[in-house]
Amino acid sequence: MKRLFIYEPKQLPALAAMAALLLWSMSAWAHVETGQAGGFLSGLAHPVSGLDHVLAMVAVGLWGAQLGRPAIWLLPIAFPLMMAVGGLLGLLGIPLGGVEIGIAVSSVVLGALILGEVRMPVLGAMLVVAFFAVFHGHAHGTELAPGQNAMLYSLGFVIATGTLHAVGIGIGTIHRWDFGRAALRGAGSLVIVGGLVFLWGALA
Amino acid sequence: MKLRLFPFVAGLLLLAPPASAHLVTSGLGPFYDGALHLLLSPADLLGLLAVTLLAGLRGPQAGRWTVLILPGAWFVAGLIGLHAGIGFDLPWVSVLLLLVLGVMVAADAKLPAGAVAALAGLLGALQGLANGSALAELGAGPVAMLGIAGSAFVLALLVCAAVVSLRPAWTRIAVRAVGSWVAAVGLLMFGWLSQTA
Repeated sequence: MKRLFIYEPKQLPALAAMAALLLWSMSAWAHVETGQAGGFLSGLAHPVSGLDHVLAMVAVGLWGAQLGRPAIWLLPIAFPLMMAVGGLLGLLGIPLGGVEIGIAVSSVVLGALILGEVRMPVLGAMLVVAFFAVFHGHAHGTELAPGQNAMLYSLGFVIATGTLHAVGIGIGTIHRWDFGRAALRGAGSLVIVGGLVFLWGALA
Repeated sequence: MKLRLFPFVAGLLLLAPPASAHLVTSGLGPFYDGALHLLLSPADLLGLLAVTLLAGLRGPQAGRWTVLILPGAWFVAGLIGLHAGIGFDLPWVSVLLLLVLGVMVAADAKLPAGAVAALAGLLGALQGLANGSALAELGAGPVAMLGIAGSAFVLALLVCAAVVSLRPAWTRIAVRAVGSWVAAVGLLMFGWLSQTA
């Protein structure tokens, strides 16, 4: 009878382990994704891929939730719009100094506003958010990989930003309870710490 | 010996990417090819979404007019584009319109129903001209254009009806947030266009 395997049965566990290790290996991602799906996914992943951006965008939602109506919905509308203005500046080749510092400072300032539960007029809150959004947009908007669909990249990028705000607003709903109010202020201090770490990295 | 080569050749064949050189075919004829074309064209869909959201926010009258005028203008302009057969792609105008519509939705602009219908007609005419001239280059006929207009009608009807029926305040706010996203995409598209110009 012909042998089914060229290895001894006692070698099978080692072979199984080797096969599992081979399956464990990550994709190389050696090339840029092209086409429409590639553009959308790339845009969607872009704001989520940097913790400094994630922190600031979630913080906008948290602060909006603390401020209540109408800031809770005005801030997440102002941020993507002004972020797009920042992206437009980048695409037009208009330089903006200290982009990384601006992004890091946005987390520090927003964290401080959450920690202090600072209430300010809606217009003032929108201006604060809009100012920092320009830095985030300038950093993001210009990074379209070759061969990808610009509109779908922009769409994915804006949807991801809006979703991060929504996550912040969702978490911020705990503000209606006393313990939630304290927890939100605690979260503000964490945002400050994160922002300071990124600021250190930007200045170093 | 030949059999040993078979997996290698099969693997090479599987690696070949699709050519994407033609209008996507549904396999169900030109009408459905046209209908599918709109569903697979994000730029067209985004404009349609923006104007139907605006119409929905402005109430049933604006919604009714938009549902009729948008696909009507799309179809008529498409026929003109098919007949003329000249490249009518006006990306700057389309992006400007997208930006304006997005800002209006985000601001919940209190436009009269007639103005909303006029914007819908303008958008439909621009998209129709671009679609018609592109279809002419591909050798497609008016039936495909009818499919595009049919798809536009169904989508406009669904979005307008959904938005008109929204009652809780937060749902209208969500619509306005989507409008701000459309405006943001429009702004970024200005940048991309200026880079490629």
